[in-house]
Formats: sequence, structure tokens, C-alpha cells
Amino acid sequence: MARALITMPATAKRGDVVEIRTLIAHPMETGYRAGEDGAIQPRNLIRRFTCHYDDVLVFSADLFPAVAANPFIAFSTLATASGTLRFTWTGDKGFTQTETASLAVT
Amino acid sequence: MKWIVAGLLCVATHAIAADARRSGFDDMSPQVQAMQRDDAVNPGMLWVQEGAAMWGRECARCHGDAATSMRGVAARYPSFDTATQRPVTLAQRLAAHQRTTPLAPESDALLSLESFVALQSRGLPIAPPDDPRLRPYRERGEQLFRRRMGQLDFSCAQCHDDHAGQRLGGSTIPQAHPTGYPQYRLEWQAMASLQRRLRNCMNGVRAEPFAYGAPEFTELELYLATRAAGMRLEAPAVRP
Repeated sequence: MARALITMPATAKRGDVVEIRTLIAHPMETGYRAGEDGAIQPRNLIRRFTCHYDDVLVFSADLFPAVAANPFIAFSTLATASGTLRFTWTGDKGFTQTETASLAVT
Repeated sequence: MKWIVAGLLCVATHAIAADARRSGFDDMSPQVQAMQRDDAVNPGMLWVQEGAAMWGRECARCHGDAATSMRGVAARYPSFDTATQRPVTLAQRLAAHQRTTPLAPESDALLSLESFVALQSRGLPIAPPDDPRLRPYRERGEQLFRRRMGQLDFSCAQCHDDHAGQRLGGSTIPQAHPTGYPQYRLEWQAMASLQRRLRNCMNGVRAEPFAYGAPEFTELELYLATRAAGMRLEAPAVRP
């Protein structure tokens, strides 16, 4: 399990724009660099990030070799109803991680 | 009017003379400064999070809440270890404390624990202990700081005392105050200890770097802490 940080408000008014910021620990190895032994290090990237708000996809991003290690992704969504946000990062070497956060809408 | 201006200038120059020391933070771009200030953006907090989990698993049973038991601890290191009769750095202490196999230097586990402990002293002034047993080590550290080394034949002092604030290639030469370690370096895309930074500097002047945990590094860290005494700790810092 990689370390991940999600920063967002716990509560919001209906119709508010909620800012969500995510940070995950990942090397984002490009597949082009040589290691200390001179051999090319195999590619190890997060390829896709998605956020589902009560099973509705509200944000997704494709990530590429130019993205730095420990990618930071910030986006916003509209607070519609109280529910759960599910964040998923998937990538090379079968990498997959899911985090959840709940949002209470008044 | 002239007198007032002259008086103000006098006061201003006096204030600068009182503490002309600058943390590397002051020389960064506003964007990187903002990255360090905001814990939601600072990648160092990923290591802190891991360190907090380690604290809960391994340390809390004896040391309780780190916010009280570890407050100000990072600001006092390196300090004298009575068991081995030598000064130790914070990393050395944490790596070996109550472990049969010490944590490897520069390992993720050690950097995580160290950054979590260092975070508990954020905002506190660096307070090197006034222990007479440390004095000879500190003096050797200062000699090391002023000793020329490597193919380029540079000492630390030649850049960081004599030419601080000027530029080396594209970047500003900092005054080399260890205010934010362990710190996240964007260049390395990783958390790094002060000793990794020092080894990188030694590579830069084409000297053979000391090994991690070498006594020379402890002495140098002692001198650097004295040189930065009173400056605020800002770990986990972000540096370009």
C-alpha cells in the first residue's frame, strides 16, 4: 500500500464547489532511465487516476512519463448529496490503490 | 527629513546586522514556498504519515504522544550519547534505538520516522545543547567546514560563507543552515537527509564523500547546528 493524502472539506452546502487535493507516494519511473548498475529500469508509472462520487465518475486523469514522482492531483466537484468519494490510482506492475472519503452535504 | 531618513537607514542596517542569516526557504520561488507551507501539497507529509504509523506501532508504548514527548527534540540534535561516549545525530539515534538491526541510513523507514519526529519541533528555534563534552567535536566540525577538499579544492565556507547569496550556475548559493531536514528535494523527487545533501556537495567539489553515519558528518552537523542556533526549524521542508 502506497501512502496517500487526501485533503478536502468534510462538509459542504448543496451546490458548493468542493476542492479536492490528492497526493500519492509513487516513483513514476519513466522506463528510460538507467539505474546504478547501468541497466534500464523498467517502466513503473501510475497510468490512470479516477474519482467516483457515489459511483458517478466525476474526474479522471491519464498520467504519462513526464509526470513527477509522488503525483499531486487537485480538482473540484459540485456537492450534490451526502456520499462517499472513491479515489483509485492504477498503473504498471499491477499497481492499484483505492482510498475513500465521505462528504456530508447540508 | 534627511536626518530622519539617515536615522531610519541606520536602524535598518542595524536590524540586518543583528541577524543576516537566511534560511534556504527565503531564497526559493514563491511557488515552492507555497508548496512547503501547505501540508496538503508538501510531499514530505507522505513520509510524515508513514512515520506517524511507525510511531504508533513501535514508539508510542513507551514515549506516548509524540506531540508532547518529542516536542523540541529534533532542535537539540546532534547531542552527546552517554552510552557510546560520542555525539549522535537524530537519525543515528532513531535508527539504533531499541532495535537489534538498525534501520539503514537513508531508508524510507528511517526518513519517515525522522521526519515525523522533526515535525514535532516545527517552528521551534534550533537549540544545540551547551554540553562541554561536545566542544571538541564541534571544533573539529568547524575545521572541516573550512577545510579545502576535492579536485576543485573548495571548502564549505568558500561558497556558503564567502559567496552566499551569489549564484552558482542558475541557482542561488544558500547560507547552508540545516533548518528543514529531512527535506523533500524536487531535484531528487524524494525525501533526503542532511547527510545526503552534504554528500552531494562533496561530489560537487569532486571529493570522495564520507559514508553515511561517518563521525566527520556528525561533527559537521554539530557545527552547522551551532551556526544556525536560534533559527526556526521548518521540517519537512521543500527545496528545489
